[in-house]
Amino acid sequence: MPEELFSIKGTNDGLLVSLSTTEKWQSVTDALAKRIDDKRAFFTGAKIIVELGARPVPKYELSSLKALLERRGLSLSLVRSDSDTTRQSARSLDIRTSRNSGRAASARKPSLGKPADADATGSRGVIFRRTLRSGRTIHSEGHVVVFGDVNAGAKVVAAGDIVIWGKLRGTVHAGALGDESAVVCALDMNPNQLRIASYIVTSPPGKRSDILPEVASIRDNQIVVESRD
Amino acid sequence: MGSEEKSRVGAQVITVSSGKGGVGKTTATANLGISLASLGKRVVVIDADIGLRNLDIIMGLENRIVYDLVDVVEGRSKLRQAMIKHKRFDDLFLIPAAQTRDKMSVSPEDMVQVTDDLRQECDYILIDSPAGIERGFRNALEPADEVLIVTNPEVSAVRDADRIIGLIEAAEKGPGKLIINRLKTDLVRKGEMLSSDDVYDILGLDIIGIIPEDELVLSASNSGVPVTLNMNSQAGLAFNNIARRIIGEDVPFMNLHGNPSLLRRFLRLFDGR
Repeated sequence: MPEELFSIKGTNDGLLVSLSTTEKWQSVTDALAKRIDDKRAFFTGAKIIVELGARPVPKYELSSLKALLERRGLSLSLVRSDSDTTRQSARSLDIRTSRNSGRAASARKPSLGKPADADATGSRGVIFRRTLRSGRTIHSEGHVVVFGDVNAGAKVVAAGDIVIWGKLRGTVHAGALGDESAVVCALDMNPNQLRIASYIVTSPPGKRSDILPEVASIRDNQIVVESRD
Repeated sequence: MGSEEKSRVGAQVITVSSGKGGVGKTTATANLGISLASLGKRVVVIDADIGLRNLDIIMGLENRIVYDLVDVVEGRSKLRQAMIKHKRFDDLFLIPAAQTRDKMSVSPEDMVQVTDDLRQECDYILIDSPAGIERGFRNALEPADEVLIVTNPEVSAVRDADRIIGLIEAAEKGPGKLIINRLKTDLVRKGEMLSSDDVYDILGLDIIGIIPEDELVLSASNSGVPVTLNMNSQAGLAFNNIARRIIGEDVPFMNLHGNPSLLRRFLRLFDGR
């Protein structure tokens, strides 16, 4: 069961991948690799934070994990661990490290938006309270809400819905794990590229005079964008 | 960055950056330095573009260089020795970049040290940032109290400015102010160039100055006499206006051929937004 081997959660700093501290390293990393390969679109370009708990991970194991991620175009930006051995391994591989406990406390702070994160089915999400500028990418296994603009060159990828309380100019991918019922909402919908599940559309060229809040969803095997009244 | 409050005694450190190269950072730095000096301020300009130094040429000081920023950082020269006095202004100094080294020769901490040592001696420290988002940019950003972002009214330059602004915000040096350089009003009117409103719409940053395209800038830069010293230049006047806004004067935006939106922009900027 992959759920027991690792869990993935979107954070403000990247995707937080928590690996089981008890299961065999090989089976944990194999399962992770398989998940990434299966959901390539979701993971593309993500920054990965790996949480290893108390498990002592020798350098060669960590190095193989790093290589595994890098082969798939992902960067390992931080290793969180309570084990001195693991942190030592990470440092010798030039990976940033932090202690679980201290980090966890500070990492919990940004998610003051928690009440909005959990919905009836318990899927999680992230809230951003500022404009996402070019070069910024957000991944979430739940929904994403942005209070601000998503500028051209920025990218939001979510397994669930994406709500932009502002101008949408960048690239968004809702339902990135295959959910065709996912929607994208924006106050000013003019994305560089909009994807829902495996469907892709681009915005028509030219300026529009009437700017209305709009919702994009899949209907009859294509993406339709309409204003809601 | 750190927990301790940075002491703001003495000079204000203003970093001029852009992301994209060739949009006019160095020209802007030189002209603002001269304008501030002509307003009676004591100014040090620092060229942080190590390995690709330019600021000395535009300021006409190339042949006076003995020591540079890397010499100071590595202890071969005292700060004073590396400060080159401008030909016309006794209160304007340049600390040039090294030509033969690269950006890794200086760390962000070195830049903080250098600017802290200078703060007591002058009113403004201007740092000319290199293009890009790597080490050189980090060096220029670290000591900044204020960041000016230079962009051209072109989609690619604005995109890079957007990226840089994101990094400036992440470093908690934001939000910064915008200089729109090389605006061609006739092209804007024909709808072939982004207007200052368009740029504002994308970046959402206050505009501290709009520099019109002006052929005099190029000849001025080549001759080492920055264009602000030329009273006939529109661009020179625009740079001078930015300098006056920096020192806190309330200067209306120039009327670039009667574009009414500029007036609105000005009102938005100064009427409490």
